[in-house]
Amino acid sequence: MAKRSAPEVNAGSMADIAFLLLIFFLVTTTIETDSGISRKLPQWQPEDVEPPIIKQRNIFTVEVNSNNQLLVEEEEMELSELQEAAVEFLDNGAGTGDEACSFCQGAKDPSSSVNPQKAIISLMNNRGTEYGTYIAVQNELVAAYNQLRDREAQRMYGMTFTQMEKNYNDPSYNGDKEALKEKIDVIQDMIPQKLSEAEPRS
Amino acid sequence: MSKFKKKKSGDLPAISTASLPDIVFMLLFFFMVATVMRQNTLMVQNKLPFADQVEKLDKKDLIMYIYAGKPSQRYQAKYGTEARIQLNDKFASVEEVQQFIYAERESKREELIPYLTTALKVDEETNMGLVSDIKQELRKAEALKINYTTVVGDAMQNVN
Repeated sequence: MAKRSAPEVNAGSMADIAFLLLIFFLVTTTIETDSGISRKLPQWQPEDVEPPIIKQRNIFTVEVNSNNQLLVEEEEMELSELQEAAVEFLDNGAGTGDEACSFCQGAKDPSSSVNPQKAIISLMNNRGTEYGTYIAVQNELVAAYNQLRDREAQRMYGMTFTQMEKNYNDPSYNGDKEALKEKIDVIQDMIPQKLSEAEPRS
Repeated sequence: MSKFKKKKSGDLPAISTASLPDIVFMLLFFFMVATVMRQNTLMVQNKLPFADQVEKLDKKDLIMYIYAGKPSQRYQAKYGTEARIQLNDKFASVEEVQQFIYAERESKREELIPYLTTALKVDEETNMGLVSDIKQELRKAEALKINYTTVVGDAMQNVN
């Protein structure tokens, strides 16, 4: 029998395969973007400015101690109950006359907030509080606001607030952005995020 | 005249190396894709907390990063285990935050300055004392837009 030598493999298409892979990875890669909770700090103020007077019923105090325990309205609470408690407070709507809340579905408890525009959540930490706990508390409070905003947006415009914001920030959204922005502003006016942070105690 | 000519030598032909550059390129591309670019070398522990009510931070050029946390293992001998602030590539004291903000502003175009955001990348074990000191300094420097950078996930995981 004749002994044949192996034929040479044509390597001309190797480059094409490499390019194909390159293009595949280029297309499928997303450069990671950071995400987080955005907050706006208050202006720096001189020490001697008198704080405005706010009725106690409109303040929802949340305190976190150095053992990462929560004290909400003078009572101990688990983190998992915080969102619900905050929603209850914001949605209470006990106001009458000028301060009446037309959309609140809360219990109208006379010792709680009059309406969401007036309601303020006051957050106080200890210097020893862990940052992770602080973020968790912030997250729950933002979630409470978002829950209410979602409910109202759903009722008024048939779309949740989070979805509206997502659409607004989506460059490929081809609806009417101006109108969407107006709707977002209406909801934000109805339920403003009033989260006050006191300086931590040591 | 025979159609099947018998080759003289029984040696194997040399393997073609023409495709070697392609393999090398492929590896190069793979590493290019898989690499995450980092602007700063982290010198502190940076396990970010979880949160799910998050907003995305686009426009990388408009963000100033402040890191805080315990010094990483290899710096612990020198700097101890007390949580510290890292600005650019070195440890900094609280007072230096203002200076850092001004320096960052200086390097940006004037019309972009109002849109600058400060991203706080703080390790979840850090005490709030340090974080609020940073926040006070930011208020003094009028860098009011901040973002607590987090990992997307259930916030309850922070507590345990």
